[in-house]
Amino acid sequence: MRYLLRRLGFYLITAWAAITINFLIPRLMPGDPVDLMVARMNGQIDPDAIESMKKSFGLTGGSIWSQYWDYLGNLLHGELGRSITFYPTHVSSVIGGALPWTIGLVGIATIISYLIGTTLGVVAAWRRGTWLDSILPTTTFLQAVPYFWVALALVMVFGVSLSWLPVSGAYSLSVTTGFNGEFVGSVLYHAILPAITIVVASIADRVMGMRNVMVTTLGEDYVTMAEAKGLTSRRVMWRYAARNAILPNITSFSLSLGFVVGGSVLTEIVFSYPGIGSVLLKAVENEDFPLMQGIFLIISLAVLAANLLADIAYVALDPRTRQEA
Amino acid sequence: MTEPETGTTTGTSTVAAEPVLSMRGLSVDYLTDTSPVHAVDDVTLELHRGEILGLAGESGSGKSTLANAVARLLKPPALVTAGEVLYHPAGGGPVDVLRMSPKALRKFRWRELSVVFQSAMNSLNPVSTVGAQIDDTLRAHDTTLTAAQRRERAVELLRRVGISADRVRSYPHELSGGMRQRAAIAIALALNPEIIIMDEPTTALDVVVQRDILREISALRREYGFAVVFITHDLSLLLSMADRIAVMYAGQLVEVGAARDVHDVPSHPYTHGLLHSFPKLRGPREELLGIPGTPPDLRDLPPGCPFHPRCRFAVDACAELTPALLEVHSGQYAACLAHDPASYGAPVPTELSGEGSGR
Repeated sequence: MRYLLRRLGFYLITAWAAITINFLIPRLMPGDPVDLMVARMNGQIDPDAIESMKKSFGLTGGSIWSQYWDYLGNLLHGELGRSITFYPTHVSSVIGGALPWTIGLVGIATIISYLIGTTLGVVAAWRRGTWLDSILPTTTFLQAVPYFWVALALVMVFGVSLSWLPVSGAYSLSVTTGFNGEFVGSVLYHAILPAITIVVASIADRVMGMRNVMVTTLGEDYVTMAEAKGLTSRRVMWRYAARNAILPNITSFSLSLGFVVGGSVLTEIVFSYPGIGSVLLKAVENEDFPLMQGIFLIISLAVLAANLLADIAYVALDPRTRQEA
Repeated sequence: MTEPETGTTTGTSTVAAEPVLSMRGLSVDYLTDTSPVHAVDDVTLELHRGEILGLAGESGSGKSTLANAVARLLKPPALVTAGEVLYHPAGGGPVDVLRMSPKALRKFRWRELSVVFQSAMNSLNPVSTVGAQIDDTLRAHDTTLTAAQRRERAVELLRRVGISADRVRSYPHELSGGMRQRAAIAIALALNPEIIIMDEPTTALDVVVQRDILREISALRREYGFAVVFITHDLSLLLSMADRIAVMYAGQLVEVGAARDVHDVPSHPYTHGLLHSFPKLRGPREELLGIPGTPPDLRDLPPGCPFHPRCRFAVDACAELTPALLEVHSGQYAACLAHDPASYGAPVPTELSGEGSGR
């Protein structure tokens, strides 16, 4: 328990550092968002509007300390300023609108990729030396080809040639949005192809990672002893070998979950998916600093949260970490 | 303690030793890219019901490979190339362990033959409690036991080896080295097997803990009556606890006999060398001879007797003839030409014959 509290303290400090850097970076750059807006409107804007915009971006002059204080206060209320691209929408609502799509698509695809990859890795290691194990290196082929190429190829085959699956968007425009069967079905239907591309592109890593740790674990005495005890192969494979082999993979899994929030920019572009990745691209294209800043902050916090999750999972799964130092 | 005798003796023995496990012509090869390495070469050895059979030899002599072959725990590239391992159940015909179906093997394992591995830290599942590791063994073999009965049995087993009941819920890392090895022994006893293979069970422990555990093993053996194959490189340790001793060199059995006989008159030069490479705590001061040279490379064994380049008794014939195990004394066998006057061309050296030792 003390271990977790110590980790929690560490993450709080890291989060504070991330937030502070997020505050400093735009202020270290020349110009400010309002100058940018004015430039975009070719100066055709009256001074009152400029003043009110400055207020809404939190650029009300004053010392850097009072700005910092205001920034922290705004953050506590979920106030991240206004987006330039989608002006006058608040950054928090832009992110809030995109986040569920990204988490739903990339998050679930990541989990599926890990589940399938880990299972295949365990089985491949168990049957090492057989045909299953020997076809594994070919999966790295999927890793080697650029993701967008794989995605476009799948779109060509399943979306265009066979017309089995929709090629873009998150749901059909002809259905009414809301929590109804038709809408949910449409969302799932649209998610299949992008999800498959994510799984296909990332699975080789998962399989190889799990297989290699598993092969090492299979050489451990406790696995030999489990076998000598006359336990069933399935029990030896999962409860003794895989249960231990999974531990080093927990960290990489949690980190991937953290990066889910950042979205998969390529996936979302290829499939015109309305997630964080697409929003981030738009923000970059439009030099929308408040929006970028907001997205980066959310990504940083998500990675930290995922790390904390990894620590908790580790403590839950490995009794050795529970030992009080 | 009664003097243990082998089944082949017809002399004054009153208890005819009954075999519980017989290895016959057992050979194990490690398959390599070049030529196979004979890790165990044509070993024939019997384990008698209830005895402690010590298996001694240097690293790489094939003793652990032999034990793993018997327990069917060999992994590629190791492969049994010849021989059989017969298990003799109490009141039943012998069965060949090497030819058991996977299902029969699973039933045989632990119920008839269990194993204590060298390092208990590595042989216990680090993410599972000691109790759970006894529990799943019991559950795998006896589906009639209830969870409460299994828990009771786990506590009882731990108590038997001197571990308190509350340790059932301990993880391996929470136990000391000695306690872990005791826990491993408790797990080995779980199904009251006929045979326990102990592969260097005390090598990783300090001498005080080592002595306690050896005493524990002897006491448990008397109580439960299981037979032990005790593997170690420490021959002097075997002399104090084993009933019979088998010595391996370069994958071959070079000497086997009652512990006292082997101690009094080692009949193979290698055993003789091993015994004279340990200082004695008591008795007259004597020169330690040791064994010159290094263990042989199994991929490139010398012709004839594999020990002859290091042997102080070797003659020219040793480089040509491979010695067979010969009975040199009642129940004591040695694979050495020195005991075959026709080939050796000289009388048996007194060091190996016990001439003048009152035998």
